[in-house]
Amino acid sequence: MSFAPSKNLQQEVAELISHYPDGESRSASLMVLHAIQDEAGYISTEAMQWAAGEIGIKPLNLYELVTFYPMLREEQLGKFVLKVCRTLSCAMAGGKELHENLCNKLKLDPNAHGPQTTADGKFSIEFAECLASCGTGPVMMCNDDFHEAVTEAKANEILEGCK
Amino acid sequence: MPQEYKLLLKHADADGYSNDLECYERHGGYAALRQALTIAPAGDNTPQAQLRKRVLDSGLRGRGGAGFSCGLKWSFVRHPNPKPVYLICNADESEPGTFKDRQIIYKDPHQLIEGMIISCWANHVNLAYIYIRGEFTEGAKILNTALAEARAKGYLGKDILGSGHDLEIHVHRGAGAYICGEETGLIESLEGKRAYPRIKPPYFPAALGLYMCPTIVNNVETLCNVKHIVEMGAEAFTKLGTPNNTGTRLVSLSGDVKNPGYFEIETGKVTLGELIHDENFGGGLREGRMLQAVIPGGSSSKVLKAGEIFKLGEEEIALLDVPYDFDTLMKIGTMSGSGAIIVIDDSRDIVECLANLAEFYAHESCGQCTPCREGSLWMNKALHRMTHGEGRAEDADYLKHIAQNIQGRTICAFGEACAWPVLSFVEKFRDEFEAKAK
Repeated sequence: MSFAPSKNLQQEVAELISHYPDGESRSASLMVLHAIQDEAGYISTEAMQWAAGEIGIKPLNLYELVTFYPMLREEQLGKFVLKVCRTLSCAMAGGKELHENLCNKLKLDPNAHGPQTTADGKFSIEFAECLASCGTGPVMMCNDDFHEAVTEAKANEILEGCK
Repeated sequence: MPQEYKLLLKHADADGYSNDLECYERHGGYAALRQALTIAPAGDNTPQAQLRKRVLDSGLRGRGGAGFSCGLKWSFVRHPNPKPVYLICNADESEPGTFKDRQIIYKDPHQLIEGMIISCWANHVNLAYIYIRGEFTEGAKILNTALAEARAKGYLGKDILGSGHDLEIHVHRGAGAYICGEETGLIESLEGKRAYPRIKPPYFPAALGLYMCPTIVNNVETLCNVKHIVEMGAEAFTKLGTPNNTGTRLVSLSGDVKNPGYFEIETGKVTLGELIHDENFGGGLREGRMLQAVIPGGSSSKVLKAGEIFKLGEEEIALLDVPYDFDTLMKIGTMSGSGAIIVIDDSRDIVECLANLAEFYAHESCGQCTPCREGSLWMNKALHRMTHGEGRAEDADYLKHIAQNIQGRTICAFGEACAWPVLSFVEKFRDEFEAKAK
């Protein structure tokens, strides 16, 4: 399987590389990986090979990032990725219960920690560490959308809003 | 009655205030930049040196966690410098309990950008970055839009407002790793590498930072303050807050209070007790609950126990009377860190609370130094066991032993960050830990 970047992605990557001084294009790596993941949903080996060529580094230099940074992923997740904050203030406000409720609704394992995806590929859910909104816990993200003070009713609305 | 003092958050939450340039300018935005760019040379003192002196004289201390003098940090960079000087805004807000920088980024991004432009001008910086945590997707978009507006208006780009100074600022997104908040880890990450913190010496950012060039890394709130120092003058700034703890602080309050949220106070003019109990702040604990513990400065700070009395020289001070500043919290053996207070009431299992934090640190250790990589995992495993009915009599000492062998034995302060909560929780709530033994 080869990686076929869209015209948009190619332009975006060129633009991102231009944000760093001459000779320091490796700096663009994280931003380029974000751009790939935003478009393709995940970062394949082929995508890393392509991007490494654009940046002028070795694919390994990208692979070591994908395996280090929690937000980057090598596999396709669901169409909607739910991240529930696990850390103290949210846990005190019911983060664990929120995760459990969502898992039960989606017929996934409430005791699992890492990402798990529904059989139809529509939803993935995982715990995330502190999402920096501790005063309005429990908080969660649904793809790029941020939700605060998520009650059970609000969680239902969020799920129903995923079309 | 203790009040908020709104300097940085003066407009952010006001009705009708929006995060675009037009609104910011209508509220006096970018006047401080114009003022800074027109400072006249005084004798041998360049306008830039005068600005740096002002920031030093203002007593501004870093708002990211360490509370180090901003002016002093700046003074470590030599001028003129044969290498380019870089400035990075640390917007990797990740310390559990902290949600203050996001208020500025989302609601008043131009305030940060103006603070950055002034700081870049003062330190001869032509290229700067905002390193924002990856989960702030919307925040990154807001900043990019704001930067584009500033560029179109001539606040960024070539020859800013005819000053002859060129400056470009770019947004760089992290990707979910807490360690990127450590300034040398952040620099490695910005260079496109794993965020393994660098060893100091020799890699002090002021000498060998980004691309081995002098680099200034400042927190969002710190950079915003620079704008206000220019606007009001260093002397007026020192009159805010208390001696050596000048200006205001954004406090993030969460946990078991009726009214959690973020508040801006004059540093040291409001006590911990007022922040927790006063109607203007936390509004007290929930009905029928008693205070058990306070984490005073983000999850890495040492916990304080309800009812503690501290000796400050000749005087004694009760926990709730501690003024919320930098120095007093240091004197009572903890820190105000990132200004994040987590309140824990008597309904909570204190061991569970520590277990939650231990899991965070085990997940976030970058893995570079053995004591931290292994130790954070061991502490997490032991605490997991203890909160799942498998506690042992020796656990309290075991946890202490591991923590003591992490602190001081790592490249960066993450070692302390994961050891201090464990050491303080175990010391102050020993009975609770021992009660977990089967």
